[in-house]
Amino acid sequence: MLEGLIEGLVTAFTFTNILMVIGGVLIGTFIGMLPGLGPMSIIAIMIPVAISIGDPSTALILLAGVYYGAIFGGSTSSILINAPGVASTVATSFDGYPLARQGKAGKALTVAAVSSFAGGTIGAVLLMIFAPMLATVALLFHSTEYFALMVVGLSAIAAFAGTGQVSKAIMMTILGLMLGTVGEAALFPAPRFTFGVQDLQSGLSFITLAMAMFALPEAIYLVLDPNRSKTGSGGTSEIKDLRITKAEAKEIAPVVGRQSLQGFFIGVLPGAGATIASFLGYAVERNIARKEDRDKFGKGALKGLAAPESANNAACTGSFVPLLTLGIPGSGTTAILLGALIALNVSPGPRLMVDNPNIFWSVIISMYLGNLVLLILNLPLIPYIAKILAVPRNYLIPFILFFTMMGAYIGQNNATELLLLVGLGVAATILRFANFPLAPALIGFILGRMLEDNFARSMQLYDGIGFVWERPMTTGLLFLAIVLVILPSWRARLARIRARGIADGD
Amino acid sequence: MALERWIALVFVTVCLIYGYTAFFTMDASLAPFMRRNPVWPSTFPKILAVMGLITGLIILFGGKKTADGPKEGEIDYRRLLHYNFGQALSLLVLMVVYALALRPMGFLLSSLIFLSLGSYILGERKLHILVPVSLVAVFGIWYLVQEVLGIFLRPWPWFI
Repeated sequence: MLEGLIEGLVTAFTFTNILMVIGGVLIGTFIGMLPGLGPMSIIAIMIPVAISIGDPSTALILLAGVYYGAIFGGSTSSILINAPGVASTVATSFDGYPLARQGKAGKALTVAAVSSFAGGTIGAVLLMIFAPMLATVALLFHSTEYFALMVVGLSAIAAFAGTGQVSKAIMMTILGLMLGTVGEAALFPAPRFTFGVQDLQSGLSFITLAMAMFALPEAIYLVLDPNRSKTGSGGTSEIKDLRITKAEAKEIAPVVGRQSLQGFFIGVLPGAGATIASFLGYAVERNIARKEDRDKFGKGALKGLAAPESANNAACTGSFVPLLTLGIPGSGTTAILLGALIALNVSPGPRLMVDNPNIFWSVIISMYLGNLVLLILNLPLIPYIAKILAVPRNYLIPFILFFTMMGAYIGQNNATELLLLVGLGVAATILRFANFPLAPALIGFILGRMLEDNFARSMQLYDGIGFVWERPMTTGLLFLAIVLVILPSWRARLARIRARGIADGD
Repeated sequence: MALERWIALVFVTVCLIYGYTAFFTMDASLAPFMRRNPVWPSTFPKILAVMGLITGLIILFGGKKTADGPKEGEIDYRRLLHYNFGQALSLLVLMVVYALALRPMGFLLSSLIFLSLGSYILGERKLHILVPVSLVAVFGIWYLVQEVLGIFLRPWPWFI
C-alpha cells in the first residue's frame, strides 16, 4: 500500500497534474455554479478534453477535479441565490440560503467549504483503506459473479429510485441496456440493430448519450422556464467576512465527523449516492440535535449547513469505491467517469490496482489535492467567481447548447452524431416531463456491454444457463437482485392494503 | 391517458420491434459453427426484449396512478404552451440546421451564426454586443480545439 501511495504521490505531484487539479476545480466551480448545470453535464462536456490528453491518470485527475469543483459550485449557488444546480446540494440551501439572507453569506460559504473539505478528505482516507480490501475480495470473482454483481448494481439503482418510480427506473435501465446492444459487440463481430445505418456500426457514443440525457434536457428546461435561471438576483455582491469563530468550529466539528463517515458508506452503495447522503445527513443531525438547536434548523443553523455538505462530498468519494474496485458505477457521474476510462483504454476493476497502480493511487492523491485547492484557492476567489451568476441567460443558453454539440462532435467528427444528440435529447426531455429517471439509462448503457460479455463468457464456460444455480455466490447475488427489485413495490402494496383496511374499518 | 402511459406504449412497441429482430431475423446470418455455441449474439437481446416487454406492460396497465401534478421546479407538460415553447422549438431547429451546415459551411461561420442567432431567438437585440461576443468566443474555441487539443475542425466554407 505504501509503495502505491508513493507512486501515486510521484504521479500526482508533477507540474501538469497539479495544474490539472487546479484548472479542473476552477472550471468545475465556475460551471457548477450556473443553475441547471450539474456535475454530470459538466463532466460530459469535459470528457473530449480529457480524452485528448491521452494519459489516463492526468485525464482522471482533471475529471475528478471538475467533479469536486462542480459540487462546490452547486453549493455556492444554493447558498447565494437559493438555486441548487444539483439535487445533492438541495439540502445545502435549507440553512445556507437563510444564512446568506442574514448577511452571513461569507460565513456560510466558509462552513460549506470547510465541511466539504473535511468530508472529502475523510472520504479519501476511507477509500484508501477500503478499496484495496474490496479489490482483494473481488479478485476471486469469476465472470459469473461479475455478471451477477452488475445485475445487483443495476437493481439497486432501480430500487433506490423512490416509491412509485421503481418500475420506471427498471424500464430506463432496460432501455439503456438495449441502446448498448446497438453496433458491434466484443464477443460477436457482427453489427446488431443498426438497421442499415453505417454510422451506427460502432455503436452509439456514450458522450452523445450523456449529453442528450443530461445537458440538453437541462438546457431545454432553462429555455422553457426562465425562472429556473434566476441569475443575478440576490446578494452576490455582499460576500465579506469569510472567517468563522472557534466556538462555531467546535459546534460543527462533531457533525462533520459523523456525516463524513455516514456519507461515505451511503456513497459506496450503488444507486444511493450524494443526494440521499445529504438529505439523510441533514435529517439525522436535526433529529439528534438538542431541542434549542433543532429549532434553528431551516433558519440558518451552521450544523444544518455542515451536515449535508460533509455528507455529499464524502459520498462522492465513496462512490469511487465500486467504480475503482469492481468497475461498477453506482451513480450517473461515476458512470460517465467509467465511460471516460474505457475510452482511455483503462478497464476499471480489481485488476486496476495490480496493473495500473499509478492510476488508482494518483486519483486518490488528487482527491486530497482537489479538496485542498477548493479550500485555499477557491474560497477566496468565490466573490469573483460568483460574478458569473450575472451572465444573462440570452448568452448563457446558446453557449451551453454549443458546448453540448461540440462535446458530441469532437469525439466522433461526425455530423450524424449531432442529429442523434438532438433526437435523443428531445426524447430524454419528454421522459423527464413524465418523471422517468434518466441516470439508470446511462448506467445501463455503459454497463450493458460488460454485462453481456460476462454473461456470454459464463454461458460458454458452463455450456448453458447452469451457472446461475451451480455457483452459490452467483445464485446468492442474483437472489439479492430480485429482492432489491421486489421489496419496494411489495412494501408499497402492504402499506396500501393497510391504509385501505383502516379506511374500511372507519 | 397520462404521458407516462404513452411513453410505456412507445417503449412496448420498441421492445416488440427489438424482440422481433432478436428472435426472428438476427440469427439468419449466423455462421453454422456459431450455432453450436450455447450463447448467440441474439441471446442477450432476447432476454432484454422479454424483460422490457414485461416492465413496459406493468407501467402501461399498472393499476395505481402516480402523482398528478409535477413536483415543484419541474415543468408541467400539460401546460407546455404556457412556457417559452416557441423559443425552445426554434433553438432545436437551429441545432439541426447547425448539424447539417457544420461540414459544408466550416466551423467558424456556422458557429458564429449559431451563437448569434441563438441569442437573438432568446430575445437579445443588442447586436453591437452580441456579434463581437460570439466572434471572440468562436475564434477562441476554435483556437483551443485546433491548437491546444490538436483536433482538426475545418474552419472555412467548402469554397475556400
